[in-house]
Formats: sequence, structure tokens, C-alpha cells
Amino acid sequence: MRLELERRGEQSRVMTVLSPVIAIGLTLVAGAILFLLAGIHPAEGIYTYFISPVTTAYSAQEVLVKASPLILIALGLSLCFQANVWNIGAEGQYTLGAILGGWLALAFGNFSSPLVLPAVLVAGIAGGLLWAAIPALLKTVFRTNEILTSLMLTYVALLLLDYLVRGPLRDPAGFNFPESALFGPSAVLPTLASGGRLHLGVLFAFGLAIIMAFAMPTTLKGFQIRTIGQAPKAARFAGFGTNGMILFVFLVSGGLAGLAGISEVSGTIGQLLPVISPGYGFTAIIVAFLGRLNPIGIVFAGLIMSISFIGGEAAQIRLGLPIDVAKVFQGFLLFFILACDTLIYYRLRLLKPRAAT
Amino acid sequence: MGWLEPLLLTIITASTPLLLAAIGELVAERSGVLNLGVEGMMIMGAVCAFAVAVQTDNGFLGVIAGALAGAGLSLIFAVLTVSMATNQVATGLALTLFGIGVSGVIGDGYVGVDRSPLPRLDVPGLTDLPFIGPVLFGQDALVYLSFALVIGVTWFLRRSRAGLTLRAVGDNHHSAHSLGLPVVRARYLAILFGGACAGLGGAYLSLSYTPFWVEEMTAGRGWIALALVVFASWIPWRAIVGAYLFGTITILQFHAQGAGIGIPSQLMSSLPYLATILVLVIISYERTRARANTPLCLGIPFVADR
Amino acid sequence: MTGTTKNGAHDVPLLEARGITKQFGTVTANDTVDLVVREGEIHALLGENGAGKSTLVKILYGILEPNAGNVLWRGEAIRLRAPADAQALGIGMVFQHFSLFEALTVAENITLALPRDTSTREVARKVRAISAEYGLPLDPDRHVYRLSVGERQRIEIVRCLMQNPRLIIMDEPTAVLTPQEADKLFETLIRLAGEGCSILYISHRLEEVKRICSTATVLRRGKVVAACDPRKETAASLARMMVGADIDDVKPPGEHAFGPVRLSVAGLSTTPEDPLGTALHDISFEVRGGEVLGIAGVAGNGQEELFEALSGIVPVRRPETMAIDGKPVGRAGINARRRMGAAFAPEERIGEAAVARFKLSENILLSGHETEGVVSGGFINARGARTLATEVIERFDVRVGGPDPEAGSLSGGNLQKFVVGREMRRAPGVVVLSQPTWGVDAGAAAVIRQALIDLAAQGSAVVVISQDLDEIFQIADSIAAISHGRLSAVYPANEMDMEKAGLLMGGVHASETGEAVDAA
Repeated sequence: MRLELERRGEQSRVMTVLSPVIAIGLTLVAGAILFLLAGIHPAEGIYTYFISPVTTAYSAQEVLVKASPLILIALGLSLCFQANVWNIGAEGQYTLGAILGGWLALAFGNFSSPLVLPAVLVAGIAGGLLWAAIPALLKTVFRTNEILTSLMLTYVALLLLDYLVRGPLRDPAGFNFPESALFGPSAVLPTLASGGRLHLGVLFAFGLAIIMAFAMPTTLKGFQIRTIGQAPKAARFAGFGTNGMILFVFLVSGGLAGLAGISEVSGTIGQLLPVISPGYGFTAIIVAFLGRLNPIGIVFAGLIMSISFIGGEAAQIRLGLPIDVAKVFQGFLLFFILACDTLIYYRLRLLKPRAAT
Repeated sequence: MGWLEPLLLTIITASTPLLLAAIGELVAERSGVLNLGVEGMMIMGAVCAFAVAVQTDNGFLGVIAGALAGAGLSLIFAVLTVSMATNQVATGLALTLFGIGVSGVIGDGYVGVDRSPLPRLDVPGLTDLPFIGPVLFGQDALVYLSFALVIGVTWFLRRSRAGLTLRAVGDNHHSAHSLGLPVVRARYLAILFGGACAGLGGAYLSLSYTPFWVEEMTAGRGWIALALVVFASWIPWRAIVGAYLFGTITILQFHAQGAGIGIPSQLMSSLPYLATILVLVIISYERTRARANTPLCLGIPFVADR
Repeated sequence: MTGTTKNGAHDVPLLEARGITKQFGTVTANDTVDLVVREGEIHALLGENGAGKSTLVKILYGILEPNAGNVLWRGEAIRLRAPADAQALGIGMVFQHFSLFEALTVAENITLALPRDTSTREVARKVRAISAEYGLPLDPDRHVYRLSVGERQRIEIVRCLMQNPRLIIMDEPTAVLTPQEADKLFETLIRLAGEGCSILYISHRLEEVKRICSTATVLRRGKVVAACDPRKETAASLARMMVGADIDDVKPPGEHAFGPVRLSVAGLSTTPEDPLGTALHDISFEVRGGEVLGIAGVAGNGQEELFEALSGIVPVRRPETMAIDGKPVGRAGINARRRMGAAFAPEERIGEAAVARFKLSENILLSGHETEGVVSGGFINARGARTLATEVIERFDVRVGGPDPEAGSLSGGNLQKFVVGREMRRAPGVVVLSQPTWGVDAGAAAVIRQALIDLAAQGSAVVVISQDLDEIFQIADSIAAISHGRLSAVYPANEMDMEKAGLLMGGVHASETGEAVDAA
């Protein structure tokens, strides 16, 4: 007997909805087994990772704050992935957004003008957009593989940030610590409620998800993106200029990653540091897939990922587990979601050996 | 000339992990599978090799463990992409993220632990020869293995029946299936070989290049190895050229930093990444040359109709 | 054991299939099919596209496993789990869509089908011998991607012959050949049969079946509907067996006058972006209103590039190279040409003309987003698109499973009716189609061909690029052939015959046709 895949005539609507649920279930089972192996009570482990982050108002706010950059970046990536464009350098685009916006924030943050904050945000978007333009142009002009170029540029961006906060942008009054000065008040994203942790960047993420959820199925642009990804020759036949579309999705996703980057440094951190991301740009790839490249799905996926990040910190403190366990869970989740997605297009069939006649 | 010998020796150490990982990925890609998990498999190789070498105080067992760890991780990739027909790009990315996570967990207790590097060949008489001796006869086993693998893979692809089958599967899996060639088995084996080689590359990093473990110590080498396969246009010996070119850039930037040239160290450190981009652009501009060897099924899942 | 009596060996058929049934999901591709092939006979397996011929031979070659029924070889029940089992018995197969490896050499391609210990060098030597013996010229060291379609088929045939087969299965072998190349193939087949090798010959071309086959099994919708001697039948009677009813003949337009020139091409030359593509050389022709121009040619002679240039998928540098209704359009993209009243239907049904996982209403948008009024201000009018899809479905009798199904769920013929219908709907002034009925069942083909003739009768200019000479002779007013990226002169259909068309397709041009120059 063996297991084989059988193509379905049409994609299964049921599995489209069910697949992320099954994947999350399987991840929890795998997690429970891992906890058992590590000598931790599975219920306690799962509680710490996935439940405890939403039990207090403070940590629930933290979940939203950490989910926002993931959602913003993943929304952009979902456009790329639907168009079969593999931008995996969002981490670099996020970093450049933080750098360019942060630089403006440091230069003008003490001017009390209502224009400073918008300018900082625009600079952040521009930073991510320009960084994404490099692999996008290399792909459209020279057909260079965007996977490798966008990733290589991430390493360059991280080194650039490191250089800046140790060199030109270092706080002169900062006792030689590798960090910039704190941004001036007019360059800081306002919080949504006084004393709370939620800043304007959270609103960007959720607002944009709603806009995209509306726009993707109803606009020609959304249709063009899906066509390019599903059948590039059909897109040519339809006259949807392929290069233009590649540039479009790359620049939008770069801009959104840049917005996430500047929102993070201006809203959450308040200054430039050598490390400004726990790998948001990479985790967002998981978020995009877990959310089925669908804006609303991405919101849920972003929240789940954010919970696992915060749960990971809690587990490090309470259970003494390494922080990387959260990444292991994320990896599991992505494996399971990919495997479950197969069931949307295929049916699993058990083949019994036919009795010889 | 006194400076040239140590320079060459360090270039060899910087190039070997790239070459090992690249030759493995080259075989996997020739079978039509694009495994973007090289970085993850390398880092798993590095941490497992180091952990086993420390626990058993045996470098050889460490190397074996590295290869097995890489192959083990690649098995996940094979099950998903070959048996479940998942998207290879996404699955490869997942493998890298997963590998980095797991390596962090395994390596948690080994940060800061020291051990002596792998033993080097020492042939009395030969190794003592000036200049040539240490370069040709004073390397550790993995350096020789990397060259042996290139020769072996060249022979395998060009001359052996199994290699012909592998190339056929990568060229057109539907034709291969209708001729009765074992598409699934060929891809599984190629992926496992690629994983083992990436694991060896990682093992070299933690056992020889820097004989200690730090998190994310592969620092993008897995991705550079992927670029090298494109650079080599899927021809094994060209991977040597590519790996040593990148090894040289890496080492030269170290030396430039050491020499106190007034260029920021971060700019020097980013040279290998910028060089990768440059090389990829040049290669992709010259499309015709690569065409004959590009596996036409690269990245496309195969599902047989029964 | 089986119930076969062991009389004289000639009474035991070489191959016998009993009650073969094969289902794909809810579709029954083969329904209790019986087939008997005797030694040394050329046995035709007849049926329309979609009748289940390919499924049956894939079962006989071990690629597919049947849900029920069994296969007997010289009277013994056998089980074919993989092509290797079939090969071991002496069954070889020449596929319709060749099972070749582009990046490998001819010798390597053949080695892969032979036992494991065969060396490529040895194979190269034998290939030279066999190709000399059977008149099938092949260079074993050439890479497949450099070869023409005819040469590729020769590889498949030689590959079969190297395995010393007792039975060769050939799936639509002449579909990709010129009439002259087909003649050479028939000689080879008759010679093989004379040597005792059986041939199971799959085709829907009745004339050639009558010419070379001594037995025929006819499949219709997965069932065997007749077994006969095709030499004693007429083409019409065979067609009736295949289709089950008389197909409405395409009504010829009769004598009619042509209007003004609607599409003109002057000095079209291109360099392909793909280094292995075909360059077009100095192509010129004109199509008038009311005229159907048929462009014949063997696959891979520049048809794809010609379609891309005519449609504006790949615009050309000089605007005046092409004109629609007198306006130069060389540099215009496909949508600009659509706005000028042109319409296009490419060869690839799935992946170019339609997206498999899109609903039919979404597929309406592919070619209609600028001209059908279904997009306004960047927003899609989904209801409008659904109305249009329904209209096409009804007018062209597209058989669908639900109200707005995914394109991938339609059969080839139905999807092609949808694709052509989508373009016909707004009565385009100029329409260019590539292989409009390739792989389509007879009923759908008749509907499509009739629609083209009717469109021309309304004053439109129609260009049909096709490999199917029967189709071209059926509907074209004027005929040209493309070969190696060059277009022959355009001849009125009544001055053309099969032989002349075949020579033009082989690259022998007008001045030479009289001189009996060998096309090869």
C-alpha cells in the first residue's frame, strides 16, 4: 500500500479554509511532543507559548505591537508571492526604511512642525522602496534571480545599519554605546491611547489589511497580479506588462517593509540600534503563507506569530528554554501549512495493491 | 613571498565550506529540485558536528554527525516537495528558518566552548616542502574531500547511468516517468546528497574554519553556495572556480581590515554579498551559455497520474 | 490460467486486452474495452479526441493502471506495473508528445530506454546502423533541443527499434509531419510489419488508416463501438463509427468577393529573444475582408513567433511593418490592437489563452479587460463578466459542470469553444488564431470552423495558423506555408493540393516545386 496524490478537478473550498486550522493543530501536537521530550508538561509549555501572551492587557498590547510589522511586511510579500515574485529581502527593506526615516528623525526631530512626522514616514517608505528597487530592476533588466539578490542585500543593509549606529549616527552623548540619540518628540509616532503601547503603526497595519482585502478581488490590479503568478504567458496574452508588474509588487512590498521599519524605530524603539528586528522580515514570509496570501488571513497569522514571539520570551524566563524554540515552532507551522495546502489541489489516496488475476 | 603561503591557506579554509555546499546543491538542482534550505542545512551541520565532536572528543564523528544532520533536514524537504508536491521556494525558505531555529536550540549549551581544529594531513617529507608542502599536503580531510566530491560528481553526471537518469529527471520529469525512470527516488537521493554536503560544509565551519560554535555562524554562506551553482551554470568544476573566487574575496577583505585601511569594516564585510550580486548579474546577462545545462524542471513539482 | 486454447501459434493473439476500465475521478475514460492485436498486423485504434485512446495505450504500456480488466500477452495474463514491464515483453511506444530530454544527446535519450548496462557509446554505434538500415537519418551526438519535430520522432522510433519490439504503439504519429514525411513513415511501418512486428496505430485521420491498417478498433466515449477492416470501409462510414452520428459538415462559403485589405504585413523580420527560438525572415502577406488565410506548417517553424508578432504580444520595431485597416500597428501592444478591432486566440489553451484555476468569468477578463466594458476605473465589474461568460457558453454550446466553473475543469474541446467564442463575440474585424482545433473533438472542431467561416462572411479578415492540412483545406480561401521562419507565397485555395502544400511546408518554394527537389 502506498499514499499517492490525485489531482482534484477544482480546488477544494473546504480545504482552503481548513488547511491553516489543521496546520496549527498539527503544530500544537508537535509542540506537545517536543515539550514531553524536554521534560516539560505539554500543557504548561503550550500555555506559556500560546496562551499566556494574551492573558494580560499589557502583553496583549505587546502582541498587537509586534504583530504590526509582521502584518505590514506580509501584506506586501503576499502581493509578490501571488505574482510569483520571490522577494525574500524584506528584512533589508525594513532596515533601510528604519535607516532613512531614522536619519530624518534624528536630523529634524526637534523641529516642532506637523510636517516632520509625515516626512519621516515617507522617508521610511522611500528607504524600503529604493532598497527593493535594486533586485526588482536587476530582475526586469537582466533577469537576475531576485531570491538571491534581495537576500544578499539584506546582509548589506544590516551591515550598513551597524556601521551607521557605530559611526556617523552614533549619539555623541551616548558614552560610545553603539546607538543613536533618541528621536525628537515630533518624529515619534503618537500612541493611540495615552500610557498605552499601541502606536499609530498598529493602525497602519490593520487599516491596510482591510483596504487590501477589499481591493485585491475587486480591482484590475489585483487580477493582474494573480494572472502573472498563475500563468505568465496568459498575462502576456492579456497585455499586462510583466516587467511593470514585477516592479510594482516589489516596490509596494519594499515600501510597506520600509513603513514597518520606520514605524518600529519611531513608534516602539525611539532610536536606532544595531539590531532593530527579531527577524520580522523573515517571519513575515511565514505569516504571508500561513495567511494564505489573503489580507484577513495575514492579520490572524501575524497575531499568531506575534504570540509565539512573546510566548518565546516568556518561556525563556519561566521555563528556561532557549529563545530559538519559538523559531522552531514557526518552522513547524510553515512546514505543516505547506503540506496542508497540497490538499487544496490534490486528494490523498491510499493505493491498495490490486489482486493479481 | 612569505605572505602568500598563509594567504593561500586561509583562502582554502574560506572556500571549502562554500565548495562543499555548492556541489551538493548542484546535484540536487540537476535532478530538478531547487532547495533554498542550504543555509539551514549548513547551520544544522555546523551545530551537530560541533556538539558531537565535543561530546565524543572525536572530530571524525563530528563530521559524520554534520553530514547526517544536513541530510536529515533535507529529508523533511524531500518529503514535502517530492511526495507532497509543495512549492519548493517556500519549503526551502521554511527549511532555512527552521534550521536556524533548531541550531540555536541545540547550540544553546555550546556557546563559548573551545576545541582544537580537525587534524591536518602530515606526510613527513612532503608536508615540509617549502610553500607547496603545507598548501598541497597539509590540509584536513574535508578539503581533500571537497575536491574528491567535485571529481566524483563530474564522473557521475557525465559517465554513469545513474547520473544520466538524474539529468533526464531534471530535464523532463514527465518523459522520465513515461520511460519508467524512477523520478521520485532520483530526487530523494539527490536532495539527501545535497543535504549531506551542506552538512559537511557546516561541519567544516564549526570544526575547522573557526573551531567553536556561535549562533548563525554560517552568515549567508548557504545562500552564496546557491549563487555559486548558478555561477557554475550547473557544471561541477566551475563550482571550484566560484568557491575559490568568493573565498579569496572573503579573505582579502579580512586582510584589508587587518591592515587598517581607512574603509569601514562593515563595507569590507559586505563585499562577498555585493560580489555575489555582481556575479549573478553578469551570469544572467549571458543567458545563452547557461541554457544547455539548466535543468528545465528546476523548481516544478512533479505529480504522476496513475 | 486463461481460457485460451493452445492451437497453432498464429491463433493466439500477440496482445489481448479484456474488459479494461479506467476512471479518473468521476470520468470513465475506458469502459470495459476489449482489443485484440495479432502478430505482424498494423492495427488502427480509431477515435475522436477524448474517446479514450491515449488512456488505453498508456495502460498497455504500463504508465497507467486500470481499475478493472486484464491484459494478455501471447495468451498469458500479465500485469503491467511500469513501462519497464511492457518493454521487457517487447512493447515499445512512440508518444504523441514526445518523451524526449531536450538537454541530452540523441544517444543518451535512447540509452535511457535500454537495459541498465548499455553504454552510450555502444548505443551511438547502433543508432548509426539502424538509421542507415531503415532510412531514418539521425546523428547520435546531437542535442535534442537542436532537432526538428520530424527528427525528434525518428529518435522515438529508433529508440523503439533498439529494443527489438514485438509491438510498437504509435500515438498520432503523423500529426506533426508533412505529407511527404508521413509517406516515408508509412514505408517504415509497412516494412516493420512485414518483418513480423505488430503496430498499434492510433489516429483520427481516416485516409491514412485505410491506406496502411488491416484491422481497426473504434472507440467512442471510452467504449469499443466497432471492430472492422478499414480497407472495406469508406472514410465516411469510419467517421460515423467514431462520432456516432453525422457531423454537420462545415458549410463552405461558396464563391464570394473579398473586401478591402484589413490586415497587411510587409517585411516582418524578428530576432527571437529565446536563443533557441525561430527568427522570422521577411514575411509579407495581406488578408482582405471576407478572406480566410490558412498558414500551414510543421510545428516549430516560427508559428509561435509569427503569432506573437501579429498579435502584438511581442511588438516589432517599425510601425509600418503591420497594418490593421490601413493603420500602422507594428509597435502597438496587444491591447492597442484589440481596441482597433482585432482579436487573437493563441495555441496554448491552458496557461496562455486561459488560466486553469480562474473561473470562466475571470477568463473573460484576460482578453476583454480593455474592450468588453467589464472594467471601469480600475474596478472589475464581476457581474458583467459573468453575463458575458454565460453568453459565450450558450452561444457556442460550451458544456460546463456548473454556472461559472474553473477553466481547468472543462474538456479540451469545450474550453477551446469558450476561448474562440470569447474572441468571436464582438465580431472582430481581424482575427488571428493559432491551432484553433488542435486536440479538439470533431463536434467542437466543426463548431469552431463554422464560426470562422461565418465571421469571414460578415467581412472580417481571418488568419488561421495550423498544422492540420485538412483543416486548412476545409476553411481557407487562400493558403501559404511557413518553414524555417519564412513564409511562402500565398496561393488561392483552389490552386493548392496536399502535395504542393507538403512541399511548401518542407521549405521547397514555388520556383523549385516543379524541379522535384527533395525537401529534406
